[in-house]
Parts: sequence; C-alpha cells; structure tokens
Amino acid sequence: MRQVAIYGKGGIGKSTTTQNLTAGLAEMGKKIMIVGCDPKADSTRLVLGGLAQKTVLDTLREEGEDIDLDFIMKEGYGGIKGVESGGPEPGVGCAGRGIITSINLLEQLGAYTDDLDYVFYDVLGDVVCGGFAMPIREGKAQEIYIVCSGEMMALYAANNIAKGIMKYASTGGVRLGGLICNSRKVDGEAELVSAVAKELGTQMIHFVPRDNAVQRAEINKKTVIDYSPDVPQADEYRALAQKIDNNDLFVIPKPMKIERLEEILMEHGILD
Amino acid sequence: MSSVRDHVLDQYNSRVYKNRKEHVITIGDKQPDEVTANTRTIPGIITQRGCCYAGCKGVVLGPIKDALIIVHGPIGCSYYAWGTRRHKAESDVKDGEEAKSYLEYCFSTDMQESDIVFGGEKKLKKAITEAVDIFNPPAIFICSTCPVGLIGDDIHAVARWAEEEYGIKCIGFSCEGYKGVSQSAGHHIANNQLIRYIIGTGDKKPKKKFSVNILGEYNIGGDGWEVERLLRRCGIDVVSVFTGGSSVRDIKNAHHADLNLVQCHRSINYVADMMYEKYGIDWIKVNFIGSESCKKSLAEIGEYFGDEELKTRIQEVITDEMLNNADEMQYLKSKLKGKTAALYVGGSRSHHYQTLLKDFGISTVLAGYEFAHRDDYEGREVLPDIKPDADSKNIESITVEPDKKYYRVYLTDEQKAALAEKGVKLNYYEGMFKEMDEGSIICDDLNHFETEEFISILKPDVFFSGIKDKFIAQKSGTLSRQLHSYDYSGPYAGFQGAVNFGKDILMGLSTPAWGLVRAPWKKVPSLSATLGGEE
Repeated sequence: MRQVAIYGKGGIGKSTTTQNLTAGLAEMGKKIMIVGCDPKADSTRLVLGGLAQKTVLDTLREEGEDIDLDFIMKEGYGGIKGVESGGPEPGVGCAGRGIITSINLLEQLGAYTDDLDYVFYDVLGDVVCGGFAMPIREGKAQEIYIVCSGEMMALYAANNIAKGIMKYASTGGVRLGGLICNSRKVDGEAELVSAVAKELGTQMIHFVPRDNAVQRAEINKKTVIDYSPDVPQADEYRALAQKIDNNDLFVIPKPMKIERLEEILMEHGILD
Repeated sequence: MSSVRDHVLDQYNSRVYKNRKEHVITIGDKQPDEVTANTRTIPGIITQRGCCYAGCKGVVLGPIKDALIIVHGPIGCSYYAWGTRRHKAESDVKDGEEAKSYLEYCFSTDMQESDIVFGGEKKLKKAITEAVDIFNPPAIFICSTCPVGLIGDDIHAVARWAEEEYGIKCIGFSCEGYKGVSQSAGHHIANNQLIRYIIGTGDKKPKKKFSVNILGEYNIGGDGWEVERLLRRCGIDVVSVFTGGSSVRDIKNAHHADLNLVQCHRSINYVADMMYEKYGIDWIKVNFIGSESCKKSLAEIGEYFGDEELKTRIQEVITDEMLNNADEMQYLKSKLKGKTAALYVGGSRSHHYQTLLKDFGISTVLAGYEFAHRDDYEGREVLPDIKPDADSKNIESITVEPDKKYYRVYLTDEQKAALAEKGVKLNYYEGMFKEMDEGSIICDDLNHFETEEFISILKPDVFFSGIKDKFIAQKSGTLSRQLHSYDYSGPYAGFQGAVNFGKDILMGLSTPAWGLVRAPWKKVPSLSATLGGEE
C-alpha cells in the first residue's frame, strides 16, 4: 500500500488534481482510498458524485466512538473509497486536532485494508500546525506531491511545505515525490516550476495544462476521465497517474532561502 | 558562608551553573545584594513552581466566596480547584446583602476531544446556564486553561453573553497555564480584571471613621479572620479583603476605603498600585505575621490616620493582646531560642515568617521565593531597573486614569512628609533582604537538588515550604512545616496566631519521629553474594 499526501497552496487545485489523478489510477485497476483532510469536506465530491457522506468528526460528535465504517466511507467512481475527516466551522475549535482524531479513528476502525494499493490524503493548504502534518508523520504517508503553478505565491507555499516535509523526513520515512504543476497559463511556467523543483532536489512530475474540460466535469460532479474520457485533458490525468505509479524519485527536499527563490522567479518568465 | 553556596552550585554543569549562580546568592556578598528572579525555570530541574492558572484561579480568585468559578478546560486542571487550598470562608450577611459561599463546590467544563476540535464555547455556555439554574450566583468567573488558549475559545464574548442573558456579573480570565514563567503571571491577570470589572462598582460606604482594605490576605487557616478581628477591635472598619473569605459584594465597594493594607505584596501589588492611581488610596505594606511586626503594622496604621484617640485605642489593643499571650510566648521562646530555619515559600511568606521566627529567637539561614520578582527581594526601589523580557511582556499590564467620581486624596503632601519622618513609608515595600543577616543564603526558584543539598549542609532545625517539597525534608529527618496550608493548623497571624505557630513548631521539634527512623539499607548490607563454587 502506498500512502500519498497532496499538499499545496489554498485554491491551487489539490482536490481536483487528486481526484482526477486517482480516477486515472482506478482506470489502471488500482484500489484506492481518498482521505479528505479539510474541514470543508470537499475532497471526494467528484469521485462520489456530490457531497454525499457524513464526515468522520461529525459522526464522532453525534454517534460517539461506536461508529460503523460504512457510515463514513462511501465508494464512488472506479471503486475509489472516499472518507472526509471534516472539522469545526470556520473560526472555532481546532481543525488540526480534528485531523489527528479522525485519522486515529480511521485506523481503529480498520479503514486501511490490505487490498488497497493507494491511500491519498488531500490536505488543506499549508502545513500550518502539527495537526495538518499528521498525514506525513511516521507510519502514514511516505510520499508527498505538492500541487503548484507558476505563480509566485504558489511557489512560496511549495517551498514552505518543503520545510515541513524536511522536518518529518529527518525523523520518519516521508519523502517528496515531486511537484505537480497545475497550470495557470503563466509565462514560462513549465520551465519555472522545473527550475524550482530542481532546486528543491526533486522533479516536476507532470505539467497539467489548463483546460475547460475540468470545469465542465466538475459542474457535473465528476472527474474528467469519468465525464469525458475521450478529451485530451483526460489523457493528461492518465499520464500523471502513470508517472506517479512508476515514480521512483523520492527525496528529502532542500528548501530554499526566500532570496534564492526570488532569484529563480526573476530568471524565468517574469522578467521579459 | 559563601562556600556553602559555591559547594552546591559547583556540582552543576556550566550551563546550569551560569543560570543558577544569579538566583542563589549569599547576603552581604555584594553591595547592594542583587538576585535574578521571575525568569524561566530550567527544564527538568524539578522546580516547585506552579502555573499561571494556579496563580489566577487558585490564589487570587479562589477565595472569593460568592463567585462561582468555572474552570474551562479538561478535568485534570480542576483537581487543584477542589478544596486543596485552605482559604476559609463562611456565608454572611452585610447591610442586608447575603454573600453565599461556593467554596465547597468545584466546577469544570470537563472538555473532551470533540470540544477541542469543534470549540468549547457551547459547552461553556451550557455550564453557565446550569450553574445559574442550580446555584443562582451573583457572579461567575470563567478561568481558561491551556487548551482553551490554543483553540481560541472566546471566553470574554461568552462572559458578555452571560451578563446579558442572566443579568449577573460574569468575568473571563485568560489565565492559560502556559503564560509567563510561574503563577505570578496569573496574579497579574486576576488583578487586572478585578480593577476593570469589580472594584468601583459598589456604592456602600464604610460606616466608621477609619476604614481599610486588607490586600493579599487569603485567610489560610483563618489568618484573615484574626487580622479582621484585631482591626475591628481597634475601631477600624474593614471594607473588603483581597481575597480571603471575601466576596464580590465587598470587593466592589473597596474604592470607598481610606487606606489599603498590603500583606502579600507579590500577588496583589498591581491592585494596590492601580487603586492609588485611580482612587487616590494610599497603601502601606503591613505584616500581621509575628507579634512584633503585628505591633509595628498596627502602630503605623494609627500614624497614617493620625487620630490620637485611634492611636491610644490601638496601643491599648496591642498591650492587651500581648499581655494575654506573654506567658506562652516567653515559654515558647525559652524552648525555641537558638534554633535555625530555612524558608522556601511563595512570594511573600518567606519574608513574613522571618519576623515571627525572630519573636522566638529562631534565625533564618536560607530563604527563597518560588515566584517573586526582584522587588520582593530587594525592595521597590529596583523597579525602574527591572528589564521586561519576552515572558513578562506577554502579560497584559494596564494603566488606569484617576476616577472622575471617586478620586480623592486622604493626606496632604505635608502630612505625607511628616509620616515619612516617622518612618511610615507610603506605597513602598522594602523587600526581604534588608532584614536578613549577613551570610544567610537566598535561593530563588529553589529546586529539588538544591533543597536536599542545602538542608544536608545547613542542617536547619525546621524547613518551611509546601506540600511538593515538604516530604523530602521530613522523611530525611528534618522537621518540615507547610507555610502554604499550615498543615491543617492555624491561624498563624496576629498575636494569638504567633502562639499557635510556636506551639506547632515546638510540638514538631519534640517529636522527631522521622529522625529516629533508620532506613533498612543502613542497617543490613544491601549486597549479598557467594564465593565461586559454593552452593
């Protein structure tokens, strides 16, 4: 079982990319579980066809510890299992602690079955506190992909997440598998992201072009491969899935000083 | 004596030595003596300190009898809220207004994991509702524990909600345990809220010509009651006590008093200072522990009011009280004279009890505070020299303006100057050092290792401390008495209290049970073996 965590700046397309990519893996016959680690609970919407199931934490609050796994885990496209950790409403409580509680509960309930090929953790935004680092602690995700684009703030965030990975890489087995560029059609984007990836000691594993096919599928609560299997964008996600399945470059990232990051930004794209 | 200090400190590694050498000094080594205090404890050194929540909830707020205190947090923090501190109180009626006592009860929101994740405000509101339904208290205090600060529950918003919803006084105290370096931070936080929300909200004026508040008296073992009795006997009205046996009912009228008497300087000096700024009320540092210091304190109060009739009455009371106890005091002194003591308590008692010990001819060889600041050791003149650090800056310090309605000046500047000539210093505390003998050792934030070492070298006849460190000394054969809780005895304040104290010490010294016990490993060999080949 490979456990994979997806991080990246808020709004960069982590959930969209995760679900489209897992659809590609499912098409290859892989058994997959997605664990949404975002209080908004929108990490499994496309594979399950809507916000269907109750979150782990809501269930825990209402039902107590005695929970049936079927209650919180639903199966969707290609047999992908979806779980949403959920969390408090914005501005109260501790979402980070929620993720810890929820992952512990999933382990207790036996959600991690031996027949799974992949478990994906779709984690909210930055690694802001210990709770959001839960999926990459020892015994959980061993590989991480950071979703980013050629935009400055997305790369800042990627570098920052690399710092978090470095901390846990030195104590546990977690490694960075690469950057996934979710294109925003910025000038020289592929070169820029590749350069940043190289500096971090990793690779840009795939460049996902911007395409309205994604939006069309999303409106219909489906992944691209599910909704329109024949469009070119579907092949992009299949390619990404293939690359991740074959990936063998796992590194402890070397995060940059801000100055160095800005230098790279100046070299590529922005200065014309 | 300096060699004693060096012998103990030399056993540390260089990093610990560098830190501790500033906290442990010998009186007379420097002119003037200077000590480092109120800084972070070295992790792992086994300190006796408490936390911010302990200082706020446990010390300052805990004794207020008619306030129902809800500890917002997991249940463990409330263990120490359950009658473990001997601040006595009884329900009473004053001017037709009753102050019920809630001290026998302990309230906690008992936060669980899901309250941490989803926020605990709902549970807190529910707790308040239940408390109002069952007990109908005039005031509710909400005290935050560590996790509440981490998840950001807005207890102050909940307090405002409760005030509107139930028409009671409800005050939030953000006294999360992790704030500051010791319980001292909690005292400050409690002081701030008392001046913000309670003092100055009442309109009952004192009935007598001379009135005072007693600040920093927590009525441990009934101390406060004894002091109140003395003052009333002298004809002085006690408006309120901060906070032993006291009530919101009384504290809200505190601003009508003529003078503030400060017993425990550390825990309450903020209120004393702010009441001086806001209401013009002077404060004098008193000490009702010990016969001689009690006499001095009462006389200074007489001097402050300057009324001849009052002064005469005070002298009569002093004479009478001292005469009553003279035989017992003399007997006790004959038995206790020449003994030595080591004291390690709080932020004031290590000073106060030295004067009581002197009454019996007992000298102090070591004294230390858990959480005091430099001014408690060296006197308030060092206040301008104390540099704020990251920890102390984290604790809110508020400034107050003179109150338009209630600000008044009791003494003119000439009268104050005349008082100063008589040796009565207003708004000043001289600290512990000045009364101590040269060669005695000062140990700030004493730890387990130093406790054992100093006791084994200095061999004091009595070690005064608290429940946490008492038994190290006691079971190794040195009499140990708790000055936080008085080991279920008391009162020790006032003239009669001095006798109680002396009797307890004599009783302890006369029954040195632990000193007579020999550990088994000292009687029989702890190793046994056979020669090779033998069965």
